[in-house]
Amino acid sequence: MSANQQTTTQKANLQAHGTRANDEAIVVDNFSKSYGSHRVVDQLHFTVHRGEVFALLGPNGAGKTTTVETLEGYRRPDQGSVRVLGRDPIREAQSLKPLIGVMLQQDGLYPALTAREILRLYAGYFREPQNIDALLECVGLSAAARTRCRRLSGGQKRRLALAVALVGNPSLVFLDEPTAGMDPQARLATWEIIRDLKQRGATVLLTTHLMDEAERLADRVAIIDHGRLVALDTPSQMMGVQNAITVRFVAPSGLDCTQLAALPAAQWAEEIRPGSYLIETEAVPALLAELTAWLRDNNITLSELHVGHGSLEDLFLRLTGAEVRE
Amino acid sequence: MAIQTLDQHTGGRNKAAPRLRQILIQTRFELLLTLRRGENILITLIVPVILLIFFTSLNIATVVNGHAVNFLLPGILALAVMAAGMVNLGIATAYERYYGALKRLGASPLSRSGLIIAKVISILVLEVVQVILVVGVAVTLYGWQPAGSPLLAILVMALGTVTFAAIGLAMAGALRAEITLAGANALFLLFVLLGGGILPLSHLPVPVAAIAQFLPAAAFTQALQATMSNGTAFPGSALVVLAVWAVAVLVIAIRTFQWE
Repeated sequence: MSANQQTTTQKANLQAHGTRANDEAIVVDNFSKSYGSHRVVDQLHFTVHRGEVFALLGPNGAGKTTTVETLEGYRRPDQGSVRVLGRDPIREAQSLKPLIGVMLQQDGLYPALTAREILRLYAGYFREPQNIDALLECVGLSAAARTRCRRLSGGQKRRLALAVALVGNPSLVFLDEPTAGMDPQARLATWEIIRDLKQRGATVLLTTHLMDEAERLADRVAIIDHGRLVALDTPSQMMGVQNAITVRFVAPSGLDCTQLAALPAAQWAEEIRPGSYLIETEAVPALLAELTAWLRDNNITLSELHVGHGSLEDLFLRLTGAEVRE
Repeated sequence: MAIQTLDQHTGGRNKAAPRLRQILIQTRFELLLTLRRGENILITLIVPVILLIFFTSLNIATVVNGHAVNFLLPGILALAVMAAGMVNLGIATAYERYYGALKRLGASPLSRSGLIIAKVISILVLEVVQVILVVGVAVTLYGWQPAGSPLLAILVMALGTVTFAAIGLAMAGALRAEITLAGANALFLLFVLLGGGILPLSHLPVPVAAIAQFLPAAAFTQALQATMSNGTAFPGSALVVLAVWAVAVLVIAIRTFQWE
């Protein structure tokens, strides 16, 4: 069976069970939401196809969680509408909830229950849940199965919350910052699980502020900022948008970026993080000569230098601005 | 990583369990959680028994029909219901909200009504254990014998359960978890002192007694005392006060309740 046929079969399978034919997995149509006078989501519009891994990327406070929680049925849109697997998340919650798996930003575990007990509880809501031992093994918690949740580390709680999201064999999985607080191994393992979900034909909507996470996992990435969609494309297309070559370097923070941008070969310059600078150019050798001369003349040390095409992170920072929002 | 052990057929296997099975498993875990809260066992099971034994053995307790236990038992049962509904349910719910556990349940196939039914059943089970324990101590240690109308007494306890569970839920809805923890315990102590179940209201200073008369604890205790003794008038006014409280607090609980 070719890969294409296999995808078609999986899609047909999904249509037969759970999702409605000819519907996208998620449709967000002109969706706005305000808290008081503060508009958190502003006329957001995007569609997630079935079987797709879709990443919502944005700085803190961009409206990612509000969007995801509206899709999960926690909030009502002020304007516009959202559809999830062809359903209204609030009015048709009863038929939708068995089909979705949810990992919130807060793990939502009972501290007095063990990892295995939490999974047994959530498995009890489904007719044919996952095998709990296999699931614990899958998220690397077999050894901690009998540990009360209050004694689990932050990363272990996150992995248990992921297992809870998967226990009902969901067709669509919402993961709100799934790898926050995980160590690098757990993060890689989580990425493997997300890839596996896609293999099995499930749709995944994840939010993250980690560029490499979106770049590696997502079929398509939506960048949102101040509640508005600023870019939506595949990661490779998105990076292809930037034809210019970027020079990144690390030096003491607080250098004058207007002087850097004024270098003859530079098109644009910005301090993207304290001490980390980005210059765009079409003439790399000339720029390097000008930059190193400028650094020498100003007696500034240079600890790292990188030349290449822009990464998603560069694009992200250009689109959303460099200031840190925590 | 044993990812391949996950099911290969995502699409067809995600149906919700029958509603009754969801409620049963939730009830089982609500009871398990109740058992695991040590302070909860203390206030719902141990404190009522200690209060009963301690005050029965003091010779200052009011004597009815030849024994203090006849006066004290209805009041202690009332306090047990307050501990189960107000203290236990209120604090547990406040912390479940604080931990995000209630919010997470909101995205599961378990409906809100399913969760509430499971919580109600688990409180009723807890109350059955309390009644067996407290009445068992009264019978074995003091030879207490049933009087009045057990059926009416059970109905009064049901109304009291609604009232005090709603007080607990209203606190959990309106206040932070830490404040609910402190407040529910403080209110319990107040109701021990002003409920009239241990100290008759006539022993209290007149203005204090006048206020206590209109608190739900005294109304509940009086109704239970009347239905658990022979030849007492039907506690109409006490039941009216209790019912007004039940409705008022239930409305507040429903209006303030938040899942996150």
